[in-house]
Amino acid sequence: MELDWELRELQTLEGHKDRVWSVAWNPATGVAGIPPMFASCSGDKTVRVWEQTPSSSSWDCKVGFLTSATAFMMFRFLRGEMWLSLHALWCVDDGNCCVHLRAVLDETHTRTVRSCAWSPSGKLLATASFDATTGIWENVGDDFECVSTLEGHENEVKSVSWNASGSLLATCGRDKSVWIWEVLPGKEFECASVLQGHTQDVKMVMWHPTMDILFSCSYDNSVKVWAEDGDDDWHCVQTLNEANNGHSSTVWALSFNGSGDKMVTCSDDLTMKIWGTDLKKMMSEDGYAPWKGLIVTGAADDAIRLFVESKDGSVDEPSYKMILRKEKAHDMDVNSVQWGPGETRLLASASDDGTIKIWELQPVA
Amino acid sequence: MREGKGKQALALSIKMVSGLINANPVVYEKKERRVRSAPANVDEYAVEPIDQLEIFDHLRDIKDPEHPYSLEELKVISEDAIEVDDSNSYVRITFTPTVEHCSMATIIGLCLRVKLMRSLPSRYKVDIRIAPGSHATEAAVNKQLNDKERVAAALENPNLVEMVDECLAPTYGFSN
Repeated sequence: MELDWELRELQTLEGHKDRVWSVAWNPATGVAGIPPMFASCSGDKTVRVWEQTPSSSSWDCKVGFLTSATAFMMFRFLRGEMWLSLHALWCVDDGNCCVHLRAVLDETHTRTVRSCAWSPSGKLLATASFDATTGIWENVGDDFECVSTLEGHENEVKSVSWNASGSLLATCGRDKSVWIWEVLPGKEFECASVLQGHTQDVKMVMWHPTMDILFSCSYDNSVKVWAEDGDDDWHCVQTLNEANNGHSSTVWALSFNGSGDKMVTCSDDLTMKIWGTDLKKMMSEDGYAPWKGLIVTGAADDAIRLFVESKDGSVDEPSYKMILRKEKAHDMDVNSVQWGPGETRLLASASDDGTIKIWELQPVA
Repeated sequence: MREGKGKQALALSIKMVSGLINANPVVYEKKERRVRSAPANVDEYAVEPIDQLEIFDHLRDIKDPEHPYSLEELKVISEDAIEVDDSNSYVRITFTPTVEHCSMATIIGLCLRVKLMRSLPSRYKVDIRIAPGSHATEAAVNKQLNDKERVAAALENPNLVEMVDECLAPTYGFSN
């Protein structure tokens, strides 16, 4: 049965004093009873860390004997329609999602913080700033402390990404370079490689979800793929540009599906492109999670859109269709959208209007 | 590990040259300012849609970065080159630099953008472009002027902000 989806707005978070560029969920939260946590970064030079308060009394539970802990476990094992209808029984309907501010990371970056990324363990947060540095923060008790500052880029750093194992960090910026850093014990970082190749400002870097292959996208309209030949020698193994079906303007962002065999890129040319690899699926789909494989976008027309692979396409040529357009999701440009961790079905969006919104993906009967 | 002290190039490429790009610009007469007649029905709560003239009034007195003349006097911008659709919160400004190789084109575009950012409601989407055929590297300049991230980074440079503010100073004399 093909499902239809709706995004329910749960909460609007204010506090940043300038546009919010980016949000990132802590991957070690939202599971095993740990409340979901995310970081937001802004033109106000700070990063804010937010956390969802575990709700106590607001579950409207029609199935009397279920406590929320038991319900969570049943939730994981049910499949398909049964899971959906049980969820509907005890879903909160008071619109209050209770995300609160946990920390403000300030007095470190001297210019816009453009993006941030949590290490896979959730213990460290890397922040990329227009001040040409990358901050590394550690959660110490109730606060966050900047434990390291990576220097090297000549000007604005725009993006930062950890590899799947947390052993490598990548950064990129307006100086057209991509840097790879080795993560050493004791929160030390050492530059492993400086990759030249892009001919313009590099907007984003992202590691493949399972393999140590790095992807970068740029103002030069291309996407580059970087791999190592085993001797710490990183080089560009592929370039996706206009000549081979690539974009005709700045490529702003890229994202992978869970198994890493598909990638989506979005561009100033007003299109999104889905790319495939020949790699065998690295992970089998464990349990039925119908919302995975959904692509969400935030755009400069203030709208959030959902796309899903359309079953109407032929076997050889998959096609995607838009299934939802949330107009005026924000009052200004939507700069970032990120799915929540684990099975939470949460979505966070960040905007030029200075706010962050939390949404929940809900199936529509 | 490489040191981070690089050249402080600007996020928007603006070449600094010693002499004036265009030492003898053509100066045009300023258009007579039309006084709007008071509307017959005065509804205090009605919001007038923003039109071409209102936007032109925000921009006409911006000073050219190099000469003591306004963008209107140099015919860098004109009322006709403003396309506005208030119901869709959209405006497009087309400007004509005085010479084909004007390296001040990026600064002028930035001034236009900043003035509109400060004057229009935040719902507005603004496109700025060079008049087609009027500049040697118009595609490159247009791309920079419409890259929000590059503009934001450029406006964090105090020297550039000072230059822009100098050009915008004459525009705050009138009530906008």
